[in-house]
Amino acid sequence: MNHEHPAHFPLTVHDLTVAYQRKPVIWDVELNIPEGKLVGIVGPNGAGKSTLIKACLDLIPRTSGWARIYGKPYRENRHLVGYVPQRESVDWDFPVSVLDVAAMGTYRRLGWFKRIGKTERMLAMECLEKVGIGHLAGRQISQLSGGQQQRVFLARALAQEAKVYFMDEPFAAVDAATEQAIVALLKELRDLGRTCLVVHHDLATVSSYFDWVIMLNMRVVASGPTAEVFTEENLRKTYGGRLELLDHAAHALRGPATP
Amino acid sequence: MNSVQTWWEILTLHSHNTRMVVLTTALLGAGSGVIGSLLLLRKRSLMGDVLSHATLPGIVAAFALLSTAGLAAKQWFPLLVGATLSGLAGVGVMVAIRRTTRLRDDVAMGIVLSVFFGIGVAMLQMVRDLPDAAGLSSFIYGKTASIISFDLVGISIVAVLVLSVVLLLGKELVLLCFDDGFAAAQGWPVAMLDFLLLGLVTLMTVAGLQSVGLVLIIAFLIIPAAAARFWTGRVGTMMAVAAIIGALSGWAGASASAALPDAPAGAVIVLAAAAIFAISLIGGPRGVWCRQRELSRLKDRVGRQHLLRSIFEILEDAGPPTANRPVSLDDLLEQRSWSPRELRRLLRRARRHGSTEPCGNGGFVLLSEAGFGEASRITRNHRLWEIYLIRHADIAPSHVDRDADMVEHILGPEMVRQLERELDPVLPLPPNPHAR
Repeated sequence: MNHEHPAHFPLTVHDLTVAYQRKPVIWDVELNIPEGKLVGIVGPNGAGKSTLIKACLDLIPRTSGWARIYGKPYRENRHLVGYVPQRESVDWDFPVSVLDVAAMGTYRRLGWFKRIGKTERMLAMECLEKVGIGHLAGRQISQLSGGQQQRVFLARALAQEAKVYFMDEPFAAVDAATEQAIVALLKELRDLGRTCLVVHHDLATVSSYFDWVIMLNMRVVASGPTAEVFTEENLRKTYGGRLELLDHAAHALRGPATP
Repeated sequence: MNSVQTWWEILTLHSHNTRMVVLTTALLGAGSGVIGSLLLLRKRSLMGDVLSHATLPGIVAAFALLSTAGLAAKQWFPLLVGATLSGLAGVGVMVAIRRTTRLRDDVAMGIVLSVFFGIGVAMLQMVRDLPDAAGLSSFIYGKTASIISFDLVGISIVAVLVLSVVLLLGKELVLLCFDDGFAAAQGWPVAMLDFLLLGLVTLMTVAGLQSVGLVLIIAFLIIPAAAARFWTGRVGTMMAVAAIIGALSGWAGASASAALPDAPAGAVIVLAAAAIFAISLIGGPRGVWCRQRELSRLKDRVGRQHLLRSIFEILEDAGPPTANRPVSLDDLLEQRSWSPRELRRLLRRARRHGSTEPCGNGGFVLLSEAGFGEASRITRNHRLWEIYLIRHADIAPSHVDRDADMVEHILGPEMVRQLERELDPVLPLPPNPHAR
């Protein structure tokens, strides 16, 4: 593998290993993700997809190696990064409104002690409208459906006004309308030159949603343009020889390809 | 008569002593309400319990040290320093157990809480014979009568501190409680904020040792915050309400314990807080009673809509144009699985609502002008939604709101026109619902 890591790439990862309790979860990860791509991260359960994202964002300690955002460590360039955690990672009964959550995306820019003002509220509102739930701004978040919760998280990430977005399973258990809305939004972001890394589970939609794919099973099996690396052979290497998955994979390959 | 007067004097803070005791406890309750809200939202309420129980060895150790050194052993300040140190040590051990083993939080808390408290109780036995040791056990259950003006000053400082930290760092602390992963990714020092929260809880706990005691201070940290959740869905309001509830419980509890000198203050305060909690649970806007009322309102509305739609459908069966005329109750009973009693109840409600009017025949029901219009609208909306669900089930179940009076507001006029076109050949509706 080529071990050069150009500094103008939104994400470069070198020799990254992460271990929990002595057991490595991902190892020897080498990645170069070019700008303006929609990147799908696929792999079986326990392959370390979320771990990869969290290690890139300094949320869990790395055992070795590094990850860089536009050539610099995450802590120096975190203002360029937006993050959509897994929806289940928070308590949706928390006493805040939809607008409050979206406005959290502006907190970093706002800095210590300052409260959100009109500017932040307007930006948050704009982001909520972009994801199609502007009319829910005043609701308490416990009244949202799963798809709406996911949209709130996306709006919050949009409010971060980032250049690279890391999204942990934004399509998990959302309705079809939300999935379409998210895909449209991702494509819009890409057309603006943003880069999105998305943990994804549904192999059938990989080739129509993403133009770059990282195939992960504790190590990187393949990373590159979807058309080149999303092959049956790589799928077998990623998911192992399990029959039902291979069936799934075959189905995925027959699925609609992007024009 | 005499006792009523005593109560009155206590509740209205007549004497200087009661005034100070009650004020101190109320302030403590208010501060605990605010910080307890954050602790509750961070899902660490029981950490306060660990912390308070773990203060006991520190208190006794500080006392023993001072006493053997020949100093006046009952100075509050060194005792509170001892309490703080051992409380924090308890939390530290808990965190260490959680980090280094696979034991879960509740197990770690249970171990630390009981072991530290056990050590404290054993130490208390050992220092029993030192001079002045008798008052030490009041730290366990609290004794408001022993509050002095020093306590009031101390608790005021702590309360002001808590309030200013929460005012300054409210945004950061709420973000921490809601989504610590996102907070960390944004670069907020999550561990430091957690430590700050822990520090404030420690201060509050230690400040409350005198009046509430270390066993029951946890009630001050949890109950007002939990009760406040039944009143609001906003975190700022929740903290304010929790502060008020905490202050009220402190005031009521401390007054009661001043009137009943034998009752341990902590217990009385907890009972007062529990009473407010029960009231909130039942009567708060998000409490049981309101939920129940909403549910029964919903049931009424659905029942009325079913009734009106059934009547309208019977009228329709008579052939176009659909016009309003009395409908027999037997026909209605056939239309749905109502029991005669249920139907009578629905009809009574519809009558009260003005949807029907008397028609002079007990076996029949007649829609009023308004009721007829409403029935036609309900039927139309119902059918539009049905068609929408059948034709566009794949798009958006979240967009379906059968209750919506104006389908157009949700689906947009374009979609409604399309649906109406699809509706027309199947089930024609009258062009003008008010036509007679």
